Amino acid sequence: MTDKSVSEIVARCEALYEDLNFTAAREWKEAEPGRKVIGYMPIYVPRELIHAAGMLPLGIMGGGDNLEVIHGDAYYQSYICRIPRSTIELGVSGRLDFVDGMLFPSICDVIRNLSGMWKMLFPEVYAKYFDVPQTYQDEVGGVFYTNEMREFLHDLEGIAGHKITDDDIRASIEVYNENRRAIGDLYALRAAQPWNAPASEAYLVIRAGLVLPVEEHTQLVRDYIAAASAEERPLKDNSRVILTGMFCEQPPLNLIKSLEMSGCYIVDDDFVLISRWLLGDVPTEGDPVHNLSQAFLHRSMSTAAKYEPDQAEKGQFLVRAVQKAGAEGVIFASTSFCDPALLDRPILQNVLKQAGIPYIAFKYAENSGQMQPIREQAGTFVDSIKLWSAA
Amino acid sequence: MRSPNVKAQPQDVVKDASMIKQKEMMASHYERLTGAPQTGAKVASTFVPGNLNELIMCFDLVNNLPEVNAIQSGLRKQSGGYIMEAERAGHSEDVCTYVKSDIGMMMKGNIGPNGKQLPNPDVLLLSYTGCFTFLKWFELLREQYKCPTIFLQTPYMADGKITKNMIDYMVKQFKEDVIPTLEEVSGVKFDIDRLREYLAKSAKAEDDLVHVLQSAKNKPSPIDAYFGGIYYIGPIFGAFRGTDDAIDYYRFLREEVDARVAAGKGPVTPDGDMGEEKYRLVVEGPPNYTSFRQFWKMFYDEGATVVASSYTKVGGTYDFGFRHDPSKPLESLAEYCLGVYTNRSLPMRIDMLVNYINEYEADGLLINSIKSCNSFSAGQLLIMREVEKRTGKPAAFIETDLVDPRYFSAANVKNRLESYFQMVEQKRSGKGVAA
Ligand code: SF4
Ligand code: SF4
Repeated sequence: MTDKSVSEIVARCEALYEDLNFTAAREWKEAEPGRKVIGYMPIYVPRELIHAAGMLPLGIMGGGDNLEVIHGDAYYQSYICRIPRSTIELGVSGRLDFVDGMLFPSICDVIRNLSGMWKMLFPEVYAKYFDVPQTYQDEVGGVFYTNEMREFLHDLEGIAGHKITDDDIRASIEVYNENRRAIGDLYALRAAQPWNAPASEAYLVIRAGLVLPVEEHTQLVRDYIAAASAEERPLKDNSRVILTGMFCEQPPLNLIKSLEMSGCYIVDDDFVLISRWLLGDVPTEGDPVHNLSQAFLHRSMSTAAKYEPDQAEKGQFLVRAVQKAGAEGVIFASTSFCDPALLDRPILQNVLKQAGIPYIAFKYAENSGQMQPIREQAGTFVDSIKLWSAA
Repeated sequence: MRSPNVKAQPQDVVKDASMIKQKEMMASHYERLTGAPQTGAKVASTFVPGNLNELIMCFDLVNNLPEVNAIQSGLRKQSGGYIMEAERAGHSEDVCTYVKSDIGMMMKGNIGPNGKQLPNPDVLLLSYTGCFTFLKWFELLREQYKCPTIFLQTPYMADGKITKNMIDYMVKQFKEDVIPTLEEVSGVKFDIDRLREYLAKSAKAEDDLVHVLQSAKNKPSPIDAYFGGIYYIGPIFGAFRGTDDAIDYYRFLREEVDARVAAGKGPVTPDGDMGEEKYRLVVEGPPNYTSFRQFWKMFYDEGATVVASSYTKVGGTYDFGFRHDPSKPLESLAEYCLGVYTNRSLPMRIDMLVNYINEYEADGLLINSIKSCNSFSAGQLLIMREVEKRTGKPAAFIETDLVDPRYFSAANVKNRLESYFQMVEQKRSGKGVAA
């Protein structure tokens, strides 16, 4: 049992979320000499390896709606999404000056090209495009990925100035397994009692995991679950929906709140996917790098940036998510100018159509301010879901 | 001032042997494609960057390139309608218009440039190089065609080098997946010697292509390496790499270009021989196809020749020495895919453009930023500043789209170009350098 209240925990998470100077991560680094911080962008990197090197993995999800972008716009045309420009802003404004390395996962051409820009803009900082396989046979994509991870480990050893043993990695896998379990429990609680664990809170709790050491974050998630379960908040006549398309540029918090205010219980989503990317525990016996590779190949989530080799499987993850969470509809919220999300959307919508699952769609940017149209659209959607279910 | 009498009038334009040859090649290719249902030929749809034409030919498959179809639709001013069609069907206005042009064309019955219906593919060969949009594009097509889809992942050259892990990964994909599936689809057994033979032919044509592209180092340049270059790369980027036709075409082209150099002539334009060469430019980014001629005219009317371009390297980068190599067939195909322009890191792209400006003695860099194309466009503003810094030559930025006519504003582009040419002039006079 915890003695912290929901509001205390959420207030702490919100402060972390709003802190664009990453004070918590800076303090962690300063607490002991020789500590290093490695930043990463969406969607996924094996944080276990960074942790095993004794470093802090720091999630950078752009600048949100509080960051004034002064320099970033000089780097991007108007028709490119916002996350790369706000991330550049974080960099050139010195907010990431304590970061010892940056990882740019293989997700889309924008993040890919940003990896090269980072090398040019910050030549003294380690910058890596983190490639992952899009083919899933053990001997093909698996070997490629294992080698990529080994190369990354080698780089990390160079930055850390010491060797990273397999036992170090195994221990880190266990620590992250605990974190994944806690987050799984939080999602289960929210799906079961969304009135007690609303998405706008769960989101902040998950986001805190991007800046805090994982052990501390696991405890925080557990504390939140305990506190939220102990409270009994009023049940509303809301509709249960799943949000999808937010796997990279994050929505403003206000957007999540607006959806809730317009009558949605968000019972699943694809925010901050890294925290749930690997499904279930990663084994701690045997070759740990191989285990991480296996988990990636065979037990990881689906999203637009990941190739689905099997046409019959395409989009089924969403149908299953709807069933699992008992959702009544899906909201496609896609970042403006996001090719992966927007090109995937019609395919997923066809799958939902066939499964008889209602949906709506809109676009957003991390700094969208005007919520009225979204509120109205979501409100109408909720009303129509109710009508259908009454019919 | 330009002297208009130097130029041939359109009616005087004599078609060179290479032009006639290319026309015939394209026509026969589209006949082969659209005739596939009658002849029983099987069709593989695939992309230009990472096009594995030699391998496709080993299985007697006919190569269909959706991007080339989109370009054709753009040139024939049909892409605008196709794009709207796709948008009406639920595709976002924000995404790549190549994809929407292709999907719209499919929705409208898939009529090819020869006025006949293009066949449905028997296999989608998703050789995925230099752009993530390809992946989504073929997922969308797969949904429609429900045919086998082969996926070939080309790792990104993020650190400016090709590693053993990258080559091994690609060769394994060829062996474990690409080749067996192509055998299955076509019913033809793979013969590596056949592949070697095609690759040797590729290399031969590639030598001549490079000779042609590098002829632009002459003053005046006998070619326009962007607008004209797009025609020159057609056969080798499309369905002809590895064929005798391509060897012939590039031989003709080489001879013609050499003759132009000997005669001190500039490039051929749609209005005949170009007048005096006043500006030598390097261009980064794809062109606009819906107003292609108008766009080109804005250059040659001002005496501007493009002496090197990055777009002519999207289907393969040959001018730094790479050739398809029959002695290591699969590795060579892997290397080819890895080396295409858009699979190169941003620093590599900058190096390449700087190299072009220096080697081709260009006056500066012009970036045509394409709304559709994140692969090219994300980062171009930094590229521009960096190239300017390193070469001391002025750079300019224009924005258009590949095949969406809504994003080509002729007046804006023309204004930009005019002020850019003035900038070049100023730079020259400021430095006291005579052109
Ligand atoms: S929001 Fe979409 S387009 Fe932009 S960086 Fe993320 S995945 Fe790429
Ligand atoms: S985004 Fe660019 S490279 Fe990719 S398919 Fe579209 S035009 Fe081609």
